[in-house]
Amino acid sequence: MASGEEDGAVDEKENNNKKKTKSAIVTAWLTFYNIAMTAGWLVLAMAMARFYIQKGTHKGLYRSIARTIKFFQTFALVEVGHCAIGIVRTSVIVTGVQVCSRIFLVWFITNSIRQIQNEESVILFLVVWTLTEITRYSYYTFKLLHHLPYFVKWARYNLFIILYPLGVIGELLTIYAALPVVRRTGMFSMRLPNKYNVSFDYYYCLIIVMLSYIPLFPQLYFHMLRQRRRVLHGEVIVEKDD
Amino acid sequence: MDALALEASGKKLPNGSSITALPPTTPAKRKPAKKAKKAVVFFEVEILDAKTKDKLCFLDKVEPNATIGEIKSMFHKSHPQFYPARQSIRLDPKGKSLKDEDVLQHLPVGTTATFYFRDLGAQISWVTVFLTEYTGPLVIYLLFYFRVPFIYAPKYDFTTSKHWVVHLACMCHSFHYVKRLLETLFVHRFSHGTMPLRNIFKNCSYYWGFAAWMAYYINHPLYTPPIYGEQQIRLALIVFLFCQIGNLSIHIALRNLRPPGSKTRKIPYPTKNPFTWIFVLVSCPNYTYELGSWLGFTLMTQCLPVAFFTLVGFIQMTVWAKGKHRSYLKEFRDYPPLRSPILPFVL
Repeated sequence: MASGEEDGAVDEKENNNKKKTKSAIVTAWLTFYNIAMTAGWLVLAMAMARFYIQKGTHKGLYRSIARTIKFFQTFALVEVGHCAIGIVRTSVIVTGVQVCSRIFLVWFITNSIRQIQNEESVILFLVVWTLTEITRYSYYTFKLLHHLPYFVKWARYNLFIILYPLGVIGELLTIYAALPVVRRTGMFSMRLPNKYNVSFDYYYCLIIVMLSYIPLFPQLYFHMLRQRRRVLHGEVIVEKDD
Repeated sequence: MDALALEASGKKLPNGSSITALPPTTPAKRKPAKKAKKAVVFFEVEILDAKTKDKLCFLDKVEPNATIGEIKSMFHKSHPQFYPARQSIRLDPKGKSLKDEDVLQHLPVGTTATFYFRDLGAQISWVTVFLTEYTGPLVIYLLFYFRVPFIYAPKYDFTTSKHWVVHLACMCHSFHYVKRLLETLFVHRFSHGTMPLRNIFKNCSYYWGFAAWMAYYINHPLYTPPIYGEQQIRLALIVFLFCQIGNLSIHIALRNLRPPGSKTRKIPYPTKNPFTWIFVLVSCPNYTYELGSWLGFTLMTQCLPVAFFTLVGFIQMTVWAKGKHRSYLKEFRDYPPLRSPILPFVL
């Protein structure tokens, strides 16, 4: 029936309009988010540079930017949400592992263990993170605005080759430096006997965390290498499916 | 191109139909011809790789009433490394796997059927996996219970705990896994013969790992018995035993739904056994009772690792229960609407 078809077409149009407004909102949010994060990490970079230029030393640098980095790194948790609800097409697990490892380092290592805050390894991973995040978020921003300069794309898919391993070295050295302090103070640990009949030794937990870099880091690194080949050279890589 | 000629067995089609070549898209429901023609029209089957579309196997003179299972056996002959259990045969490279019982002539294919093959990987039988994953916790827990050397401080080697709840817990834990082993051998009727080989490593790590973690604390020399003492332990034991009997009743009821050697699926209903009356409210009461058993054990031991194990198990069983509930709803129009997947009215 003609009128029935028309109604159907009108419904479809309404649906399409709803979808368009939804995706417009999503795009607006993602653009805002990525601009905000780029700005945040730029602020961090400038604060770190200014501190070093003024004071001439890295001692006390972490304390000066502690609140800012805690805020911006923790806020990155929403990216896991983005993947989970599907507005960003990345694996939830990959994003989850990356964000969690950052949050772990910020909150459970550098924030909690004051004695290691002036270690050089901390500065190493802070610099690496800052460079990586500025590149990454500006890449996403430009992509969403459909104006991606080649050098941003180049930076995103090439700098990581050096920055990832350097970052891992910084993180591992920091955790390693924290071990004696953790052992001595027994922080975050619980011993028997207690009414929950459980024990937890943060020292051994950290050792396990360090060991977990061995299987996890290569997987993330090769994932990025595969992305790089696909994006920069248009190679089609057949993923092994389960 | 492999050519496997099948011997004509001289079998006649039951309805004596004569088959004409059909376009692949129409379903092959043919009206039986009234002629008493006894000729059998054979099918040709070609099997392509689902990913590369390479021709892997060509079978001619395949009986129309051959099942997918028989075709898998034939394919196995030409490709001995792909035993039938690891073959996934489908009509469409990205489609669902065909069942072993599906009959060739009832599939939407022409007289030259094209199937796509996917390798499911090395397979291992369900029975083997169950026996291995359940024997581990049984043995491991006992190692901790008897305090074999290198677990606790040397002065505690081969000593026994002074708390009687520790002995009770060992009996309950061991009873639970012995029950599971016996059920695997004598009660369960499995729909699938096999599962991927890597599952045995995943499953054993889970069961054995958690068993070791729980057993370490329950049998520790510095173990603290439950706060509310006798009352708590007694209540916990009652809950545990009640749920163990319930779980067993459900397993037996489910077994009786299915004749030996068959893979039929029927709606389970309450029987004379009061423990099965929970079927009125729940689709998968075996999981409900399992949760109850572990809650009882958690209460009995008052041990956080046990609570954690109960929680993780509950999450997994809820996922399974929801899936089973959904497939019941899909398969049976008259499925009782009052039932929830695992927790009455709640989940």
